[in-house]
Amino acid sequence: MKQSEVAVLLDEPACTHNKKAKSGCSKPTPGASAGGCAFDGAQIALLPISDVAHIVHGPIACAGSSWDNRGTRSTGPTLYRIGMTTDLTEQDVIMGRSEKRLFHSIKQAVEAHNPKAVFVYNTCVPALVGDDIDAVCKAATERWGVPVVPVDSAGFYGTKNLGNRIAGEAMVKYVAGTAEPLPPPQAAIDDAARRGIQIHNVNLVGEYNIAGEFWLVAPLLDELGIRVLCTLSGDGRFHEVQSMHRAEVNMMVCSKAMLNVARKLEDRFGIPWFEGSFYGITDTSQALRDFARLIGDPSLTERTEALIAREEAKIFEALKPWRARLEGKRVLLNTGGVKSWSIVSALQDLGLVVVATATKKSTEEDKARIRELMGPEAKMVEDGSPRALLAMVKELRADILIAGGRNLYTALKARLPFLDINQEREFGYAGYTGMLELVKQLAVTLESPVWTQARSPAPWAAQRPAPVELPLDIDDIPMPLDDEFDMEDVHAHHHAA
Amino acid sequence: MSEIIKRSKAMSVSPLKASSPTGAALAFLGILNAIPMLHGSQGCTAFAKVYFVRHFREPIPLQTTAMDQASSVMGADDNVIEGLATLCAKQKPAMIGLPTTGLSETQGTDITRLVKEFYRKHPEFAHVAVIPVTTPDFTGCLETGYALAVKAMFEALVPEDRSRVGKRPKQLNVIPHASLTPGDTEALKEVIEAFGLRPVVVPDVGDSLDGHLMPEDFTPLTLGGTPVAEFATLGEAAATLVIGRSLDAAADVLAERTGVPDYRFDHLMGLDANDRLIGLLAEISGRPVPERIERQRAQYQDALVDCHFMLGMARIAIAADPDLLLGMTQFLQSLGAEIVAAIAPVRAPSLDDVPADKVYIGDLEDLEIAGREGACQLVIGNSHAVSSAERLGVPIQRIGFPQYDLVGGYTRTWIGYRGSRQALFDLANLLLEHHEKHHLIAPYRSVLRPAEAFAELGPAAAAPAAGGLPIH
Repeated sequence: MKQSEVAVLLDEPACTHNKKAKSGCSKPTPGASAGGCAFDGAQIALLPISDVAHIVHGPIACAGSSWDNRGTRSTGPTLYRIGMTTDLTEQDVIMGRSEKRLFHSIKQAVEAHNPKAVFVYNTCVPALVGDDIDAVCKAATERWGVPVVPVDSAGFYGTKNLGNRIAGEAMVKYVAGTAEPLPPPQAAIDDAARRGIQIHNVNLVGEYNIAGEFWLVAPLLDELGIRVLCTLSGDGRFHEVQSMHRAEVNMMVCSKAMLNVARKLEDRFGIPWFEGSFYGITDTSQALRDFARLIGDPSLTERTEALIAREEAKIFEALKPWRARLEGKRVLLNTGGVKSWSIVSALQDLGLVVVATATKKSTEEDKARIRELMGPEAKMVEDGSPRALLAMVKELRADILIAGGRNLYTALKARLPFLDINQEREFGYAGYTGMLELVKQLAVTLESPVWTQARSPAPWAAQRPAPVELPLDIDDIPMPLDDEFDMEDVHAHHHAA
Repeated sequence: MSEIIKRSKAMSVSPLKASSPTGAALAFLGILNAIPMLHGSQGCTAFAKVYFVRHFREPIPLQTTAMDQASSVMGADDNVIEGLATLCAKQKPAMIGLPTTGLSETQGTDITRLVKEFYRKHPEFAHVAVIPVTTPDFTGCLETGYALAVKAMFEALVPEDRSRVGKRPKQLNVIPHASLTPGDTEALKEVIEAFGLRPVVVPDVGDSLDGHLMPEDFTPLTLGGTPVAEFATLGEAAATLVIGRSLDAAADVLAERTGVPDYRFDHLMGLDANDRLIGLLAEISGRPVPERIERQRAQYQDALVDCHFMLGMARIAIAADPDLLLGMTQFLQSLGAEIVAAIAPVRAPSLDDVPADKVYIGDLEDLEIAGREGACQLVIGNSHAVSSAERLGVPIQRIGFPQYDLVGGYTRTWIGYRGSRQALFDLANLLLEHHEKHHLIAPYRSVLRPAEAFAELGPAAAAPAAGGLPIH
């Protein structure tokens, strides 16, 4: 990929970060950077497409420590769980055999697994030695009649966020619009006819079905007759990506990372889009309303309102006993950037107090939104270093830290209750029912008796001097505050509007 | 305090209880060059022997007075005298434990008188310690019988002399309850030795049944354990550690006879108990706490916070003898787990403090019923409880007696910071794995989605061979 192509991707007019120097796509600083590379972002964005063979073209480092994305789940094929890489050797690089190895690798994948398509992720070494993966993919497609899609995502092109965009770009460029959707099952058509409703098609972009949490939302969409034509990419299928141009609405789920997909689908196919999220009661209802609004079917609007009223009443009732237990607990949200607002509103729905949130990468609009939700006193954490964070916890008397998994052990070392909201988590929090799991997990950590034990000094060591607290150092290596992938780049941004 | 629910059904189904003579035999198996002989029919011994052989995977020295029909009716006193004489002559043991059984007790044996008569008739065996203990099968359980045997040994072998306390300032007597494993006593000895103290464990099942190969190819007696001579030194120790409430009566006897101060623990799992133990050892030895023990404590704390996500609010069903039940449930409580079913085979003082609303005196059927009602996520119990767990569809952690369907269970370490830490990990892993398999959000297939999306990928298409040179 040329420098100019990277620059084009970085310039995303639909992104509110676009004008700011502190955009998620900004240049990393040597010695003070945390987070993944473009390859990481590209792979993570597409890997959940479950009937595709995902081949990582490069030496072992790229795929070796990143394959088997356990967080995301599929209702059908599980091919995406199989790690595939060309595992380039020194001889391959020196002798210029890496293209040939890739070509044979594609053959092997096609023969062994009969994938619906093959995605080839380019990485630093082949990019540097000049492999023409576009040409290899083209040749392989012709040879075996299986679509082979190049995803040119060498790590040095930029950050993980850029990688997400590269992935989205590849989908829009090579896949979307190349096939027509299959009709819905006859039973569903008959059912819709019987109920006198119309089935509407939508896409979800940036929804990853973490821990299967989208399955908590899907039944509601079914009930409303909203068919998810394509999810990019949780529980997705290649053919669905091919036919995503037929949707009436795109929802950008909790993320700005693949905004380019929504914008280009709008430009090319005139599909309107909105940003929304399925975290929390307020936001789940809002997302359903936004679908109805953009689709503009009065019957759908009416049924949506009825469903929201029913589901909200049900969940508020179910949450009552938990609310009593959790009300007033103080939360420090450290998910970086423009926090997924849904989590803030989800926590507020539960009666928790969000005492501060990280704003390291937030734009002015984001900050305004923080004030709107959390009040004018909203505390914003600019410095994401572990020490600053812990000082903040102390100062604000936070009861719990909610962040991505990479902060988990920092919190635990500091003997702090913690809730993991990253992509590897085991629990799904989406939709109305997901709130029940969220409260349970909050209670598990907040009410645990281990904290007193973990904080108790050895009884025989009473005379030891207390450890000296080191002064804050703003040049401290930042902890991976942003949770580059899951919150900042994929789930984080929310509601520009 | 928990509510104790007594047995209310006629029949015990999938019993949890092992008999008290079995427990008494276990205590005697912790003495060096000893052999227990159950006063009963051959079956009494055979069953106990198989029970321990399967659990420990070791040869188990165990004899019988072999009461037959005639002696059961006409009197079995001769069987005892003859059995003792035969054992002494043939095996030359240092000790013979002589627990009674349901049969001999119902018949009405006076076992203490019989032992006196044996010594009178056979003065040549006066050097062999014969310890009678009354353990009718119909009273108590394994833990009870074990504690009775320990008490009987103290009564028979510890001299009444309160003037010698602390003559051996580095000696620390340790009296472990029946369910502490060889791994537990070994770990306990190590930590005591780390303070420069000399542990004398009575009885020391950890030394005899830890499973080790020996130079001899066969011995009819125990191949390790507390030497009988140590009983005479117990009164000279600096202190005694007693672990388990079942041993209160035995500990009272020891303290009464020797005047050695004792420190009683319900169990040695989790932070509080071990903090108390380490503080005590530092005090008794006058030595600072070794750094590696402090590190183990910090490691335990770290494991606590790492595992609380899995163990917090985990619903647990557990069945065990009372001391073990108390220890495990208090440990689980300190992790934030919830005891939804607690079952013990008999009533015992330990049950009062089990952190559960109800403790059932019952069997594994009760465990299953209470576990199902409480929607338990994990069963903790012996190998018999494996099928209960299977029927409940939850994982099992094996504890207690018997553990016959795995190796090493008999010797795993549960106590100390380290043992507790491993227990944390294992329990958390069981829950994690189970969650992965069974409690993820159920896949939902949208009714609006074409069936093609759910199809597994078909067989691989025969692709034409790739052109060009082979790459290697």
